[in-house]
Amino acid sequence: MAKKSALLQGNEACAHGAIYAGCTFFGGYPITPSSEIAEVMSKLLPKVGGKFIQMEDEIGAMAAIIGASLCGHKVLDATSGPGMSLKQELMGYACIAEVPCVIVNVMRGGPSTGMPTGPSQSDVMQAKWGTHGDHAAIAVAPASCQEIFSETVRAFNLAETYRMPVQILVDEIIAHMREKIVFPEPGELEVVSRRKPEVGPDQYKPFDPSFGDVPPLAAMGSDYRFHVTGLNKAPDGFPTTKAELVDAEERRQIRKVNDHAAAIEKNEEYLMDDAEVAIVAFGISSRSARMAVDILRGEGVKAGLFRPITIWPFPEKRVAEIGRQVKAIVVPEMNLGQLIHAVERSTKGSCILDGVGRVDGEPLTPDQIMDKVKEVL
Amino acid sequence: MGTPRIEIIEKYCKGCNICVEFCPKHVLKMDGFVAKVDKPEACIQCMQCELRCPDFAIKVYPA
Amino acid sequence: MTFDYEKYIRPGKLPHIWCPGCGHGIVMKGLIRAIDKCGLQKNRTAIVSGIGCASRLPGYVDFNTVHTAHGRAAAFATGMKMADPDMTVICTGGDGDGVAIGGNHFIHACRRNIDLTYVIMNNHIYGMTGGQFSPCTPTDAFASTTPYGNPDPIFDISKLAIGAGATFVARTTAYHATQIDKLITEGIKHKGMAVIEVLDCCPTSYGRRNKFRSVVEMMKQHKDIAVPVTAAAKMSEEQLAGKILTGVLHKENKPEYCEQYAKLINKVQNPTSK
Repeated sequence: MAKKSALLQGNEACAHGAIYAGCTFFGGYPITPSSEIAEVMSKLLPKVGGKFIQMEDEIGAMAAIIGASLCGHKVLDATSGPGMSLKQELMGYACIAEVPCVIVNVMRGGPSTGMPTGPSQSDVMQAKWGTHGDHAAIAVAPASCQEIFSETVRAFNLAETYRMPVQILVDEIIAHMREKIVFPEPGELEVVSRRKPEVGPDQYKPFDPSFGDVPPLAAMGSDYRFHVTGLNKAPDGFPTTKAELVDAEERRQIRKVNDHAAAIEKNEEYLMDDAEVAIVAFGISSRSARMAVDILRGEGVKAGLFRPITIWPFPEKRVAEIGRQVKAIVVPEMNLGQLIHAVERSTKGSCILDGVGRVDGEPLTPDQIMDKVKEVL
Repeated sequence: MGTPRIEIIEKYCKGCNICVEFCPKHVLKMDGFVAKVDKPEACIQCMQCELRCPDFAIKVYPA
Repeated sequence: MTFDYEKYIRPGKLPHIWCPGCGHGIVMKGLIRAIDKCGLQKNRTAIVSGIGCASRLPGYVDFNTVHTAHGRAAAFATGMKMADPDMTVICTGGDGDGVAIGGNHFIHACRRNIDLTYVIMNNHIYGMTGGQFSPCTPTDAFASTTPYGNPDPIFDISKLAIGAGATFVARTTAYHATQIDKLITEGIKHKGMAVIEVLDCCPTSYGRRNKFRSVVEMMKQHKDIAVPVTAAAKMSEEQLAGKILTGVLHKENKPEYCEQYAKLINKVQNPTSK
């Protein structure tokens, strides 16, 4: 029997992906251009016995999903730049309290209200450094509606595996574009749930590093009861100012991502084997970049595309190798230079590097990218 | 009614004086910054000191 | 009877961090007695707070406890209650945390009539940050940021809760220790949003700046101005000037949020059943 398929918007695909991943709780607040995710979740969740709540603001939505996750649910929230800015304090809370959650940011221009119905890719650095303090970040950036579905599932897997917030960065074009989606069968995509305690309630410590860099998380309301705080804490979850405990906690929470970067990273390469010029692009810009590569190849230019699907942690090692392989790297992005900083940090001046940005609410065209490639060569 | 046992947990007492001032029978007094039982025989076991101690530092065991 | 608070206090956590004379300890004891009276199971009870002196309460008590971010207790608690509607979820916190930075979450939790019990310790000040004025600092009172007297009018937390839709609203003071557990007990048993406002004393940051010589003087003032709602009904407007009403101020039965959502799920899953 043929698999079920549908013509879906990116935002709709995201909601369906969340249900596939086992999401049972959505907390949100309406904001263009992400609102369809909430709309579809409000329809789908009651069907599977899940809960949808529209909160009073974006901060409340983030708080509600963290609370629900502590009670054992897989949770989702969706927003756009201004809402993402409001959530940042609680993004930090989810980091330090190590609470799995998935947050979709359908990017629009900005700062502030910007262009609510226009596309943008200008929250790349916010996704890494939006909340205060030292913290690790995981963000994925799908480039098609089908990929939004599968990357939403992967975002849940990453959140549950590493016990932390994971962001899905989508631009408005893909969020509102309709493409054919083929629904994976149950079991076809891997679905991961958080690790449960391996000791009894008497021995359980919610941040016990002896169980590895990602300690198991019990559900509140189960046989385990524990304390959670946004303060720096000891392995038992209670606040501490002991230097060695604070240092160990902070370093573990960075290490749990850095040491597993290879497992978290996901990239796509197109005609990179013999490439002399690489285009590094993500999301919607990578689709223009792919076309640019095809046209350039037709013109005899050995161009290739490197597309990070996981944006954070950034694939530094692979991009460093590419920097040594090619003469030049071009980074097209719908902002005035964000991802290019990560590329520059990775390549360390080993090749020519230039960016091409667009912030007028229109997508980058293959021509704009090709012009930049020809300029740098 | 016999004399109850009034226990002051000195390591918890912060010397706020609430128990001393609100005791209707002046059973307690301050000794420096710690409450002390002064006249246990006057205690009527109203429990107000135990109820109002913010620091979990008083227990009244009725006779 | 001697009450065994240790049964509910986490081992090794006392003495608490609160200043000498701070009433938060009195409220915590009242909360513990209320939980004991209600016979709640530790594993099936959650205490959720924001940030501030009063919000340090959950760290001491042996339940599922979440010390969240400033002002967000009601929103975290809403998510937890929705996630696990059979769990008892109690919020604790101060006036600034609850109705200034957390005001939006507070009024919307009241509006939803979600089955939370919110114990709000109103000591009229931001204590932890050094005594800045809160929305509950009386007009003309002194705080570290009102060196010339407070120009702001205040929020009446209980009226705010009633206006926003909470279906059980009660008020007492830290002086009235036995009334604290009585009202919290009633709040926990009430199906819907219950707000218990406890007028509390901060001798360190509020009393000191406002000519109170001791916490005892502050508590005596609360004793003097408190009028039970039942007694107030027989008093004139002049007699009630400067007084505060205590006891159950508002109680009604309205659909509870989680029950409404459970009905919604049932309707979606069984479209033909009526």
